[in-house]
Amino acid sequence: MERHILVILPHPDDEAFGLSGTLSKFIQAGTPVTYACLTLGEMGRNMGIPPFTNRVELPRIRKQELEEACSVIGIQDLRLLGFHDKTIEFEEPELLDGSISALLEEIKPSLIFTFYPGYAVHPDHDACGAAVVRAVSKLPAGERPPVRCMAFARDHEQAIGKPDVTVDVRAFLKQKLGSIQAHRSQFQALELLGNKSLSDKEVQDRFGTERFWTYKID
Amino acid sequence: MQLIDHAVIQQRIDRFKNQDLYLHLEMTTGAYASHLDSSKHPAATFISNAVVRFSHGSISGGGPYRVGLKMSHGWVYSEGLTHYEETDEERLILAGHDGQGKLVVALHLSREPF
Repeated sequence: MERHILVILPHPDDEAFGLSGTLSKFIQAGTPVTYACLTLGEMGRNMGIPPFTNRVELPRIRKQELEEACSVIGIQDLRLLGFHDKTIEFEEPELLDGSISALLEEIKPSLIFTFYPGYAVHPDHDACGAAVVRAVSKLPAGERPPVRCMAFARDHEQAIGKPDVTVDVRAFLKQKLGSIQAHRSQFQALELLGNKSLSDKEVQDRFGTERFWTYKID
Repeated sequence: MQLIDHAVIQQRIDRFKNQDLYLHLEMTTGAYASHLDSSKHPAATFISNAVVRFSHGSISGGGPYRVGLKMSHGWVYSEGLTHYEETDEERLILAGHDGQGKLVVALHLSREPF
């Protein structure tokens, strides 16, 4: 049983594929979750087929999609930190790290989820994970919550080994697929499922396990 | 978003001549371009809310379209434009989408910052 989980990710939808089942599971067990989303994903490329929106309107749409995804997962506390998509690695470190440190101070999470720095493909993912690690490492050694990271870069297992935490989320596929579906400007969830149901083995194999690496902070 | 109508866009470009404007210009292959296919080159660039002023501007091509804006000391150029936001009369919002609907290029002009 965790006391309070803090999720720090840079884009709306970053939670959907790799983490939403785990969060639903914790929430059902009674753990509160705070999700700090650094940007509104305003530089995303998906606008629907045919395009139903544009660069200028996308932030508003992605904010709504994120709120819906949080509702499906059961997340009670969503924080929008107001940074700009694609700029996390260039942001002033005092501002970025300071906002994360302020969350750590306020929430005092017992567990943190973010991306594995260097192994999460998108520069914003890597920079977000690195900022979280920096902020946590500033806490006194005895007060640092574990930082569980998502990694999916090519050949990541050669570099960082196998995940040390795997979560069976087969009982939470409804919430997981629902959170993916909520990000409708980004994903065509029905295409992922085809004509299969959540109980089909193929769906369970593909979506039923979430994997995390606990970051080693010296 | 609507498919570009050459005449409509030319009219809208003309409305912005000879005044200070905020420009958003972008092109991207997406952050995941080389994650899924290592032969692809990931490239993205954008400039947001740069102030520009052009004396002559036009749209060209038969779709996808090109736009060129002549400034006193240089040019703004964009190729691959397919769609525009028809409901926005105050701003010019042009975008180029690929076959999967993904945005590849964007060119926006406005009298106010975006």
